[in-house]
Amino acid sequence: MKKLSWIFKMAWRDSRSNRKKLFLYLAAIIVGVAAQVAISSFRENLNDSISEQSKELLGADLEVEKNEPFHDELEVYLDSLGGDRSDALSFTSMAYFPKSGTTRLSQITALQGNFPYYGELKTNPTSASSSFQNVNGALVDEPIMLQFGLEPGDSVKIGLTTYEIVGALQEVPGQPVAASFFGPRIYIPKQNIEETGLLQRGSRLEYISYIKYADGADPIQIEATLDAMNDSVRFGYDDVAERKEEVGEAILYLSNFLNLIGFIALLLGGIGVASSILVYIKQKISTIAVLRCVGASSNQAMNIYLIQAVTMGFIGSSIGALIGSLIQLYLPVLVQDFVPVTIELGVSWSSILIGVITGVSISLIFALFPLLAVRKISPLYTLRTVDLHLSSLLGWTTRSSLFGIIALAVTGYAWLMLREFIPAVFFTLGLALCLLLLLGIAFLIMKGAKKINPKAFGYEFRQGLANLYRPNNQTSTLLLTFGLGVTLISSLYLTQDMLLGTLNFDSGEELPNLALYDIQYDQNDGVNKIINDNGMELLQNVPIVTMRLQSINDTTVAEFMADSNRRAERWALNREYRSTYRDSLVSTEELDSGTFIGSVDNFNESVPISVSMDLMGDLNAQLGDTIIWDVQGIPISSYIASTRTIDWQTPQPNFFVVFPTGVLESAPQFFATTVNTPNREASLLLQQKIVQSFPNVSAIDVGQILSTVRDFIDKVTFVIQFIGLFSIITGLIVLAGSAATSRFQRIREAVLLRTLGAKKRQVIKIQIIEYAFLGIMAALTGLTLSVGASALLGYFYFDIEFIPNFTILAIEVLILVSLVLLIGLLNTRGIHNRPPLQILRDQAS
Amino acid sequence: MKHILKIDNLSRQFKSGDKLLTVVDNVNLEIEKGISCAIVGPSGSGKTTLLGLSAGLDQPTSGNVTLNGINLNPLNEDERAEVRNRNVGFVFQTFQLVPTLTAVENVMVPLELRGEATSGVRERALELLNDVGLADRSHHYPTQLSGGEQQRVAVARAFINTPEILFADEPTGNLDTETGEHIEKLIFDLNTKEGTTLVLVTHDLELADKCDRIVKIKNGKIDSDISKKKEILA
Repeated sequence: MKKLSWIFKMAWRDSRSNRKKLFLYLAAIIVGVAAQVAISSFRENLNDSISEQSKELLGADLEVEKNEPFHDELEVYLDSLGGDRSDALSFTSMAYFPKSGTTRLSQITALQGNFPYYGELKTNPTSASSSFQNVNGALVDEPIMLQFGLEPGDSVKIGLTTYEIVGALQEVPGQPVAASFFGPRIYIPKQNIEETGLLQRGSRLEYISYIKYADGADPIQIEATLDAMNDSVRFGYDDVAERKEEVGEAILYLSNFLNLIGFIALLLGGIGVASSILVYIKQKISTIAVLRCVGASSNQAMNIYLIQAVTMGFIGSSIGALIGSLIQLYLPVLVQDFVPVTIELGVSWSSILIGVITGVSISLIFALFPLLAVRKISPLYTLRTVDLHLSSLLGWTTRSSLFGIIALAVTGYAWLMLREFIPAVFFTLGLALCLLLLLGIAFLIMKGAKKINPKAFGYEFRQGLANLYRPNNQTSTLLLTFGLGVTLISSLYLTQDMLLGTLNFDSGEELPNLALYDIQYDQNDGVNKIINDNGMELLQNVPIVTMRLQSINDTTVAEFMADSNRRAERWALNREYRSTYRDSLVSTEELDSGTFIGSVDNFNESVPISVSMDLMGDLNAQLGDTIIWDVQGIPISSYIASTRTIDWQTPQPNFFVVFPTGVLESAPQFFATTVNTPNREASLLLQQKIVQSFPNVSAIDVGQILSTVRDFIDKVTFVIQFIGLFSIITGLIVLAGSAATSRFQRIREAVLLRTLGAKKRQVIKIQIIEYAFLGIMAALTGLTLSVGASALLGYFYFDIEFIPNFTILAIEVLILVSLVLLIGLLNTRGIHNRPPLQILRDQAS
Repeated sequence: MKHILKIDNLSRQFKSGDKLLTVVDNVNLEIEKGISCAIVGPSGSGKTTLLGLSAGLDQPTSGNVTLNGINLNPLNEDERAEVRNRNVGFVFQTFQLVPTLTAVENVMVPLELRGEATSGVRERALELLNDVGLADRSHHYPTQLSGGEQQRVAVARAFINTPEILFADEPTGNLDTETGEHIEKLIFDLNTKEGTTLVLVTHDLELADKCDRIVKIKNGKIDSDISKKKEILA
């Protein structure tokens, strides 16, 4: 016990004059833990908020929805529940704002009843939320009101009906702000909705009922009944528990993903710890040798520094936890748009505890590399001066065990975050591969610099280059830490750029930039006339017929659904198909197998259809299979004559199922039309004219959608980049630490050179060349790896051909090299203007 | 027990590239308790290696070292550390003080390692610092002390555990003549006062001449072994 207390005492005494040196070690851990704690705390607070506001996630106890009127059996059951009920009809439609003369595809909810029962429809003025149904008014999303300069009292025309805007819609229970990204939300009364003329065949209507249970209702029993009923009468429903679970899961996945990115910062911090402790222990070799000489055991010697490392890790982690708790106050600003509850923030002690434990563990595990070497420091070093490589003191078994421990810890953490073992293993392997690549590249750079150091270049250049491989060089540390940070951040940037690049088709002249749909049969000619009269090019005018699957190879959909061994996807069996008919393939399609038959004369025989490859998989269907379709009450028999591969990434109508001509012409149908407009103004004008003549026709303005998608992707990637930024900061800190630890050696060299007659300019030039080389190498390595990672992501995940954006890469190189240069030069600050002897004395003391 | 240190057929070889260098070559030596013995020889003759092996700081390639009756050979590094702590004191040419500890803390280390009560240890350390004339510098760090002062602290540290044997490696090698003489006197005085055996490695023949016995090493072997009693021992 007394010996143990001596170790603690010695650890304290020994650290007295070194604490400043360990600050950068602290900083590396601080940043990593801050990222962890910020994300975990935020997640916990978010989960608490969801629990507290769980009923407001739905606004009711139960939500039932279906894309056609409810079946009688369901209606009767819902009525039998008692309590209170509100009904809504939800659909998208063009809204026309006469005051500004503008149109916008909007998400319309026609509501009847007292919904929401929990939480509130927040409006400005407040009274509008309760009055709009009584006065036949409309609530319009606040952002669009601000954008078009609308105020209560102005009007909005939906279909054939003009409503007075009674208030601005600010919040709907359970809906994040992002819900309005793809079209403003407009609430109108459900009564007299038919007068809008929008409830026609082909309109995508969603029938929704919100139920507030009567006192004493048993939610579990209700869920069981609905489950049973759902087998025969297909509908969707959500209760509070289910919604809470869905939202909670989504948040869990997002926060785990962010945690994993933050964890990389912590791992980089771990590398920083190992590097700092290594240098620290190197300076302590003679002290350790003396202690061993006077009788300290190998464990006692190691424990002195182990205690220091763990204490510093604890202090760093605690500071990091504090900072993380503060950073989480900023996170709601980043994600509030995507979260369906109001986030209430508080201190999450469990996150702080986990953050501190993780930080200390990482410090400990990484510090073990140099610390285990302490055990091998011989007392003989008191008699002989040796230039000792600590890492060479560790045997193969020790090293392998340490790497094994790190790999296990990383995989364990990733497993905890991802909840799946195999992806966690891949995360570790990917990270290890990345680190090995970076180390390998560092090795090659050092070898290369040594080999090619050109005699023809000036002294400063050769010295700067030689600093890359000389003892105590920073090449490996910098490549490893900074390189990994750059790889991570740059991969995010490039992937974002790649995704946005695929959406960059609004400038293509041959591609449509305006899509019109819900055009009724008798409106088609009129719409086409307006397009032609306005001098626009009509690219496609496609008939659409809605239908459902009745049976496949004589097995009915109901039989498929009842069979638990079925291999077809539920969505594919249940969905309402919107099919077209034509006599040939279009440019976005490629025949995959079979023969595309463009027309038939007699549809009383089985009709040859063409099915998309995606649907073939989801239906588990084969070429030649027979399918009977329910085309709005009339059965039509067909067989799969061909399969097609479809390029879904183009802004034009594509179809799972294509019929030949000669079959569906007389079926009830509507049209979708695509147009190429010369510019945004012409597009807006055309939309206005069409909506004024045909209010039910909806227009998708590709330019508008693209800018919305860009905004959305920007917001999502910003959140990820914000967390990824921690890695860059850690990389910079580790670089600063590495630079600081070699400061004494650099200063000695600089002073020696100056003593021998070098000018200040020459000394600075050597340092600039060294750090510029380091910066360029780290940046290029990181960026090359990120290009590789993005290309792999594009190929395997997004199915996009990746073409690197060289402008982004060049800017990144410039920024990164400047950062490395700045840190390197800051490190040698103050040595150029002082007499060499004074600096040597200062450093010696 | 007549001999505090007994060395039998001791050899130490090092690998240098492809070559095997024999630095200590089959040395046999016995040192009686309480005497002072100088090991002299030219640079590279193997005297410091012999001192390291004798003190249990290194493992021989072959042969045996028995220190105060304890055979060091079968002991592992930690067990040898324990033996050093109980039996051995050291004074080095480069002082080898722990830079982060004050003078008194440096002196206290060997006893603290045994887990002895701090107040008693501190008292003893201050007493020893007083003996070496540094009572007023006890709370200074090594960097705040001159070379001579640092070596005096090292001498105080060497005697705090009342060692049976004190090994000194060129104890005056880094000091000016006057300070060196002062340190020599201190070591010999304490040697006499505490009854400790003194083994010192030196180039300095004047210093060696003050010892009871002089062992001369050449090419890793004992070249001569002269006692002041004029007895040829080897």
